[in-house]
Amino acid sequence: MRAVFATGSLRARLVVQLLVVAAVLAVLLYFTVRSTADRAAEATQDAILGAATVSIAEQLRGGDGGVEVDLAYATFSMLGAVGQDRLFYRIDIGGETVTGYDDLPVPDVRPASLAAVFYTTPYLDTRVRIAAVARSIIVDKGPVPVLVLVGQTRQGQAAIADQLANRAGLIGLGFFLLAVPLSLLSAGSVFNPINRLAEAVGRRGPRDLRPVRHPAPSELAPLIGALNGFVARLRGTLSQTETFIAEAAHHIRTPLSTVRSEAEIALRQSTDERTRVRLRSMIRGVEASSRSASQLLDHAMVLYRSDQLEGVAVDLCQITRSLARAFGPTAELREVTLLVEGDAAPLCVLGDALLIESALRNMVDNAIKYSAVETEVRIVLATDAGMVRVEVCDQGRGLSGAGLTELSGRFTRGGNVGDVVGSGLGLTIVTEVAAALGGRFELVERDTGGTCASLFLPQL
Amino acid sequence: MLGGCDVIAPLASATIPVKADMNLSRRRVGEVSLRFLLVEDSAELARPVRDLLALDGHGVDWAATLSEAQDCLNAARYDLILLDIMLPDGDGRQFLQAQRRLGHDTPVIVMTARAAVSDRVDVLDSGADDYITKPFDFAELEARVRAVLRRRGGAAQTVRRYGDLLFNPLTATVTIDSDVRDLRNRELRLFEILLGAPGQIFSKDQLCDRLFSYAETVSDNAIEVYVGRLRKKLVGSLARIETVRGLGYRLTGG
Repeated sequence: MRAVFATGSLRARLVVQLLVVAAVLAVLLYFTVRSTADRAAEATQDAILGAATVSIAEQLRGGDGGVEVDLAYATFSMLGAVGQDRLFYRIDIGGETVTGYDDLPVPDVRPASLAAVFYTTPYLDTRVRIAAVARSIIVDKGPVPVLVLVGQTRQGQAAIADQLANRAGLIGLGFFLLAVPLSLLSAGSVFNPINRLAEAVGRRGPRDLRPVRHPAPSELAPLIGALNGFVARLRGTLSQTETFIAEAAHHIRTPLSTVRSEAEIALRQSTDERTRVRLRSMIRGVEASSRSASQLLDHAMVLYRSDQLEGVAVDLCQITRSLARAFGPTAELREVTLLVEGDAAPLCVLGDALLIESALRNMVDNAIKYSAVETEVRIVLATDAGMVRVEVCDQGRGLSGAGLTELSGRFTRGGNVGDVVGSGLGLTIVTEVAAALGGRFELVERDTGGTCASLFLPQL
Repeated sequence: MLGGCDVIAPLASATIPVKADMNLSRRRVGEVSLRFLLVEDSAELARPVRDLLALDGHGVDWAATLSEAQDCLNAARYDLILLDIMLPDGDGRQFLQAQRRLGHDTPVIVMTARAAVSDRVDVLDSGADDYITKPFDFAELEARVRAVLRRRGGAAQTVRRYGDLLFNPLTATVTIDSDVRDLRNRELRLFEILLGAPGQIFSKDQLCDRLFSYAETVSDNAIEVYVGRLRKKLVGSLARIETVRGLGYRLTGG
């Protein structure tokens, strides 16, 4: 039962409840009308029956030696006016039935006067309503008690009551039927604010974590309060995570820099070959760990942002050129010439600048890293059948036959990387960015030696 | 004293001797030396960075906080500021923005421990000339410093005379008898190392460690190749690179 209340439709529950109430009211109306009609009809009939009985009793004339009974037709026609009811009468004078049905039951409490006593009693094969009156008549100078009973079956009265009750029943049914659309309407109007609130919350952008300020009935205030509390907690958690990542990076990298710089000084000052070997491997270790940390953070950022992408126009040309500028000194250190070819005109794609920058950074970084000294890295920007292509070609060591599917796996690296430091996440990041932005990534070994990495993104 | 504006003396304990009379607080005309302001709160990191720069013959003032950095900037002129972002008394980026608003255009390289792409973009937007992610290869820092100074038009004082030649590390040229010769990156760095301590013998290993990244395998004769190239660039000058058999190379003829 709990489960039924916990789930299911509130709207259906409300409608059913309203309809049950309407049905109970309709039934109540029917029975109330019926009993009222019964009583009203009975009272009317009793009044006529009483009047008829009294009129018969009053027409008894006493005299010497007997009583004159005059059953006026008019009296009975007054009663007969009501339906097909049968009439019974009985007149007792001095305790003996002088005329009528002598087995018509007398009341338990004998009437003492012309004020009629009414009672209902079974008689023959039916039930009759009987009015009884009493009086005294002077016969032979002495009073003789007279009892007059007039009974009437009640088909007419029942018919009237039934008719009234049926009409009431019809009205009740009508109300009930009317209640169906009304309760649907009212349930709708009750749930409209909830639906509007749900729409307002649903329309929000993925990164919209402002509190909900939608106007809503006071009953929804606790719900909105809870929702806002949740949003605030979510916002707190997200910003904590971001802060945590930034701080973690800071706290890992600062001591690593100290280690690296100290090792570099020691290496410059040391002449002992064994110490120098150790210092070099120490510096390599620091480099590997800091690179892994960066790539892991970048990878987490790519996954996070891909999940909640809000595309904006991004100028690939501008990003590529500023990236090439940033990599200038790095390339220069290895005596690698970094060239950017293609128009300087904007080449826009729909995407996320940070994601695209991250992908291109990894492509250029790889190209420089695996290049031989005094070679060229060529970055070509072009459009190609509705796609913008950024191609980064080096004259480095190539892929030794490995394909993109093998190399784009997390933490997998080629068999020919030698002692070049890397994390095995770079190509994973590029592939994921390409997929998230509806583009593709290709990696091919050049016939002339070296590798070409191409990122294709849909042109805007 | 932690931080502050004292210019540190070159490393006394350095086994690579720096010129005994080199006083870094006063720049001598013709000396290849730059004046750096290092803004970094971690003393452990600041010390080796100062030492490395000093080993290369540069002057370094160290400020551990932004207010110290402000004091230094009020007192002296610098060729370049190395600026950390997270400092005890504020955010380096805001400090930088304030400097730029005031019209101070000393070149700035931000040293950041935050490697996220968004942080890099942020740093450049706040007016930095470049950024370098900690931990950094010292050679890369030098390369970036060179690139920034070159872009900014450089300081004329960076031209250094040695014997009959003029050496400009920013334009990567040596001038002999008004004949200007371009040096490639490694030739330039090799010459800078030798010129840092003329007469001092540098072993092949020492030169390798300075010229090549620790992440690359270098063949035994790689140094010989670069020494050979540099010698060709120095033809016609009194300055010579001598081979000291079994020990290494040294620069003479100054």
